[in-house]
Amino acid sequence: MERDYIDILHRCFRCGWCKFPSNYQDFNCPAYLKYRFESFSSGGRMWLIRAWINGDVEAGHRFSQILYSCVTCKNCVEACALPYIKDKLVDVFIAARKDMVEQGTIPPQVRDYFKAISTSGNPYRLPAEQRAAWAEGLDIEPYTDQRYLLYIGDVGSYDDLGKAMARSVAMLFKKAHISFGILGNEEISDGNDVAAAGEEGLATHLAEQNIKVFSDKGIRRIITLSPHSFHVMKTVYPLHGGRFQVYHYTKILRDLMGKDLAPGQLDTTVTYHDPCYLGRWNGEYYTPRAILNAIPGLRLVEFDRNMQNSLCCGGGGSNFFTDILGTGHDLASRVRIRDAASTGAQIVAVSCPQCYRMLDDALKAEGLEEVLQVREISEIVADSLTA
Amino acid sequence: MFTNETLSRIREIVSSEYVTNEPEDLYIYSRDQGVQDPHMPDCVVMPSSTEEVQEILRLASREQIPVVPMGGGLVLSGLSVPLKGGIVLDMKRMNRILEINEKSHYAVVEGGTSQGMLDAYLKKNFPHLKHSLPDAPPAATIAGNIAIHGSGHLSQSQGGFHSEMVTGLEVVLSNGDVVKLGSCSTVPYWFSRAPLPDLVGLFLGWNGTTGVITKVGIKLYPRPKLHDVLVYMTEDIDLAPEVLTRVINTETAEDINYALSPKPDYLNGFQMMVINITANSEDEMALKKKIIRDVLKDLYETKESGFMPVPPNMKTGFLEAPQKALSKFADVRRGGGFEYVGAIMPIERIPDACRAGMEITARHGITYSLGARIIGKGHCAMFFFAYPFNRVDADEVEKVKMALEDTNEASLRLGGIPWKAEVQGQQLILKQMDPGTYSLMKRIREVLDPAGIMNPGNWEVS
Ligand SMILES: Cc1cc2nc3c(=O)[nH]c(=O)nc-3n(C[C@H](O)[C@H](O)[C@H](O)COP(=O)(O)OP(=O)(O)OC[C@H]3O[C@@H](n4cnc5c(N)ncnc54)[C@H](O)[C@@H]3O)c2cc1C
Ligand code: SF4
Ligand code: SF4
Repeated sequence: MERDYIDILHRCFRCGWCKFPSNYQDFNCPAYLKYRFESFSSGGRMWLIRAWINGDVEAGHRFSQILYSCVTCKNCVEACALPYIKDKLVDVFIAARKDMVEQGTIPPQVRDYFKAISTSGNPYRLPAEQRAAWAEGLDIEPYTDQRYLLYIGDVGSYDDLGKAMARSVAMLFKKAHISFGILGNEEISDGNDVAAAGEEGLATHLAEQNIKVFSDKGIRRIITLSPHSFHVMKTVYPLHGGRFQVYHYTKILRDLMGKDLAPGQLDTTVTYHDPCYLGRWNGEYYTPRAILNAIPGLRLVEFDRNMQNSLCCGGGGSNFFTDILGTGHDLASRVRIRDAASTGAQIVAVSCPQCYRMLDDALKAEGLEEVLQVREISEIVADSLTA
Repeated sequence: MFTNETLSRIREIVSSEYVTNEPEDLYIYSRDQGVQDPHMPDCVVMPSSTEEVQEILRLASREQIPVVPMGGGLVLSGLSVPLKGGIVLDMKRMNRILEINEKSHYAVVEGGTSQGMLDAYLKKNFPHLKHSLPDAPPAATIAGNIAIHGSGHLSQSQGGFHSEMVTGLEVVLSNGDVVKLGSCSTVPYWFSRAPLPDLVGLFLGWNGTTGVITKVGIKLYPRPKLHDVLVYMTEDIDLAPEVLTRVINTETAEDINYALSPKPDYLNGFQMMVINITANSEDEMALKKKIIRDVLKDLYETKESGFMPVPPNMKTGFLEAPQKALSKFADVRRGGGFEYVGAIMPIERIPDACRAGMEITARHGITYSLGARIIGKGHCAMFFFAYPFNRVDADEVEKVKMALEDTNEASLRLGGIPWKAEVQGQQLILKQMDPGTYSLMKRIREVLDPAGIMNPGNWEVS
């Protein structure tokens, strides 16, 4: 682990501010919320990493569970009491995971996740030929020289809800005459969650592969479906020489609202769930809300924990694919759905395919399908166009 | 003795995902943030109900296994570290807010409810009410705080320690029996401890050695709309008691704190009296400030002391509750730690306490922050001698340990009593305590905990 990180491990006071949102209403660290032992808090992790480096604990099964239950949501970064260490907390956890990868002490689910991506180019172990299945019948062009590449990513390509989201976004773009194309079968993982899981070599390889494909095709502007892709392409790819203008699709959509897309009246109450990789990681809180606010009749109500204080769905940091957090009443996604229901909203709006799946599963686990729906923002916009 | 069989039985009582004997978990629960030595538990259990606590205590009593209740684990002096191994009972899953009685001004919460959660709940659902918050991080629990006689933002205006704001308790005794104390023992309301014989005190200040608190009734108070702060400064160390007493006697302040710290440099040597004022209107606020200014007029007219203009960033910090800035003190030595002796003492001893703190820290070559919170209408102060340390500097940790011991002795000499004292501090107190009192404490424990399993090592003559 880098000296910079080792040098701050002991500076964590284990005071636990990092467990909470700014109003302290409930635990806001998904790992701690689920497991509840102090060892699963951000401070517990800091102290255990130090103990591991000092040889006081070993990287056994529990250690790897503790390290990999962090979903890199950055609540701790937001809430930590100590200005000097707070920004580096998640970097430290990822750095520890890197060391675990090197030493071969990662959980089997994480190993399988890496294997799937190395061998199949995606975590689902599905053939690349199925990547563009979502676009069948939609008459979407492959990228040639359009203005934008629409990068769909793994979840948008293979997960049913992700595919629905990809279709919806693409159809709105078509309707608004946005010039875009897709890579289809040529797409591979963006590498964001691989990096968060500590496999730097594989993440770098994926970044380089993507950068090569993008550059070979002369791509300059990329719209991503997923905030995870948005983050890695915007902030990490430039470190590997890949300089593109990267947009999350909500940014493009917002600019179309009231212009190329004229929403009609939609009488409904919506609460918006901030995805961590758009919100806390990239400071983008207002664009998705602006889209929703542009729909006449739609009432936007906020979660008690919103924006910087949002509770993650639990799908970050590779947990979406490895499921280290498992199941249970205190899963962040289930708490989030209960919170959503308590806002009185009829719809929880999402803008990330991972949040979409996590929250939709949680909705079913909570048995709240009768009172609440999980919908992706462009789907709500599409509803308003036909309203 | 704790065996694999014990662990299996515990797993039959509490859902096994909330029972651990994994070395990584035990490592964390074996130590707190202060300088006390670590002690390994045999397992950590997170019960979710009073019934589960009962079952665990029955088992532990039968098998003579120590049980250490733990709330936020933020006491800093090792009081929820299992000195003799056994079970750490982490109470934080029992965090339901059971009742808010708006008219009779109390809340009933489970034994693991955090200060932060109750505050958030009140702000959202009963914005006109609040409880007295300590400046501990928000994960500190209501039960853990009263179990050590904590104090906080309303201790001055509302008359005392948080333990004095307790209206009733539900406690599980070491044999698994549940007892209700206060009005809730007799009627469905948790309004007060009077008029019954007061048994609540058997569990306050005892550091979890007499039972596990599973429910707490705690007083609520009005939450005025406005909050502001005045800061009075003086270099004259002997002036503080006079200033504090005058302000207290105006009965216009909500919380009064005193601070003396060598940092930041430009404030070195200055003592700050931070006077929190709350009000429901601008007029009330202005009047209260005027009253306070007026009683100090003859002092500040001499220019020896005076009100400090409070820069906005400093003011934001002062108005925060709990104050995050106090946790930041742990980074003064860039080493993630501080521990403090909080001595409960007469207000008139504040100047001597300051001198003692400065002398002790100079002798040990460490730095400090000294200060006090006024408890009651000047009935006493919680004077803190806080010493930061760098966790990786074994020498410094040792120096702080010795300084804390010296500070305990000094506090007692000054007529104060170390609060939430670590085991060595407890020994000093017991040595000086009236033998009749200690004998009664022992007899009470023998009745409440005949097997001697409750947080053993605490409040015992070694
Ligand atoms: C930065 C900082 C500022 C602080 N400021 C304040 C302050 O302003 N006022 C103040 O009072 N304190 C303060 N403290 C000290 C301490 O953190 C608090 O008193 C805190 O409320 C203790 O509660 P806890 O839940 O962390 O208790 P713990 O540390 O978990 O436990 C304290 C003791 O109570 C016992 N206990 C815990 N729960 C139970 C239970 N359910 N039943 C029976 N026994 C139990 C434990 O065995 C232990 O002996 C501060 C600490 C820090 C780090
Ligand atoms: S990460 Fe920050 S807030 Fe959390 S325990 Fe450590 S110092 Fe405290
Ligand atoms: S990043 Fe999120 S899950 Fe990870 S320790 Fe911080 S708050 Fe917890």
